[in-house]
Amino acid sequence: MTTGIALQIGQTLLALVLAPMLMGWVNVCRAWLQGRVAPPLLQPYYNLRKLFHKDAVLAHDATRLFRFAPYIIFACMVLAAGIVPTLANDLPFSPAADVIALVGLFALARVFQALAALDIGTAFGSLGARREMLIAFLAEPALLMVFFTASLISQSTELPHIVDRLAHQEFALYPSLAFAAVAFWMVSTAENARIPVDNPTTHLELTMIHEAMVLEYSARHLAMIEWAVALKLFTYSTLGIALFLPWGIAPAGDLNALPLALLALALKLAIGGAALALLETVNAKMRLFRAPEFLGTAFLLAVLGMLTHFLLEV
Amino acid sequence: MSLTYHLQVVNLLAALLLLIAFAMLSQRRIVGLITLFAWQGAALATSTAIVAWSTGQHHLYYSAALTLGLKVVLVPWYFFRLIRQLDVDREVEPMINIPTTMLIGIILVIFAFNLALPISQMAGTVTRSTLGIALASVLLAFLMMITRSKAIPQVIGFLAMENGLFFAATSATYGMPLVVELGVALDVLVAVFVLGIFFFHIRETFDSMDLKHMERLREK
Repeated sequence: MTTGIALQIGQTLLALVLAPMLMGWVNVCRAWLQGRVAPPLLQPYYNLRKLFHKDAVLAHDATRLFRFAPYIIFACMVLAAGIVPTLANDLPFSPAADVIALVGLFALARVFQALAALDIGTAFGSLGARREMLIAFLAEPALLMVFFTASLISQSTELPHIVDRLAHQEFALYPSLAFAAVAFWMVSTAENARIPVDNPTTHLELTMIHEAMVLEYSARHLAMIEWAVALKLFTYSTLGIALFLPWGIAPAGDLNALPLALLALALKLAIGGAALALLETVNAKMRLFRAPEFLGTAFLLAVLGMLTHFLLEV
Repeated sequence: MSLTYHLQVVNLLAALLLLIAFAMLSQRRIVGLITLFAWQGAALATSTAIVAWSTGQHHLYYSAALTLGLKVVLVPWYFFRLIRQLDVDREVEPMINIPTTMLIGIILVIFAFNLALPISQMAGTVTRSTLGIALASVLLAFLMMITRSKAIPQVIGFLAMENGLFFAATSATYGMPLVVELGVALDVLVAVFVLGIFFFHIRETFDSMDLKHMERLREK
């Protein structure tokens, strides 16, 4: 139990520390693919340090909600990062929160983000909040369907059980997970504000979604939000690894497998980040009104995955 | 799951076939459609070859090679040449909007899965559970033919339907006799070339590849 708690805290801290690095790695890969000079790998850390040293500026109309929202969002993301098994499968917190609670955590963070954006009453804030809600209410059911497909295979909605079933028991190919993986990629681009749904680097009013909501934040508040964004990307990546590439995650109670698990995690994240950068380079951002169609497709694919599970795997 | 690994790979490829059928349904560009068609052919050829290897049915190797040569290389290459010559690489507007088409597609899949369940229990092959997927891809290709108004997507839908039928034959009875398969392959080849010539005539007569114009055809 003590090792379990130590592992739990260790994994959460690892997520906190590694998340900006993953963001930096994606940016480096993108720069390479687009033929630009790459920023340093540790650039997100420098940005965070710079932001924490600045003085915060608040809008006159901002209420307490606006000030507290970054901390709530950050706390949600840290909790979410604690639920997903990244290194070891030994998570004492896991009975308290399964994948459905995980979706709820993401939703909580999103609600506070949107409320904070509406709070100051600027045009951009409310525009961003509305767009975010439009995307979110379509992405959430698709994400739940992806999780249900994995749960049908492992007969459990708890991530350690799913990983245990997929990675540590007899190896089998699951066609339904192929559908779920495609759906998961589509949902995670929408949830993490990446191309083709949103562009993380743009500040053009016609297209921006997530950036429009955080325009009024500065200094430590902005740092918290940026860090939470990086954490969210990290959590989604490890979630994808846990569901679709779980091999290498140490089984419960096996401490000797940890170094190998760390190596496997680093390798998978490096490849995953490069793949994300590649997909972002070859895809163009789509029009906002195509997003419902895109996410509807994700939902249908996830449903199709469940159907193939009943046809081929029972 | 007590299936052997190569059968699991066949199942995975069957799922891929269905995935590509759905991707074709939601694809707006003709170039993307042709690429997806080539990928579907590749998945079909691979799964046929694996079935041939795992069951020792040697004639399936020939049909796998035939699929590879015809549907992955020759037909897509011919279509790419055609759209360059006809200059029609624009978005194809479907008759029904894409989300609705996808919803109808999901209903078709559920229908096909239920329909295939009793049939596949009668079949004695090891790949019988993929029959539902084969039926679903046939119906989805049919849906694509119905919802597209341009000539080239309709022909691709027709060929994708042939892909689905071929897969159904492999999964239910380990493929048709080689003579039949050769005949079908020849038919497909001839059909593609004849339709290719037709495209030029359609465009010359109507200045467009939209088949809606043909509904008003009458003698002058």
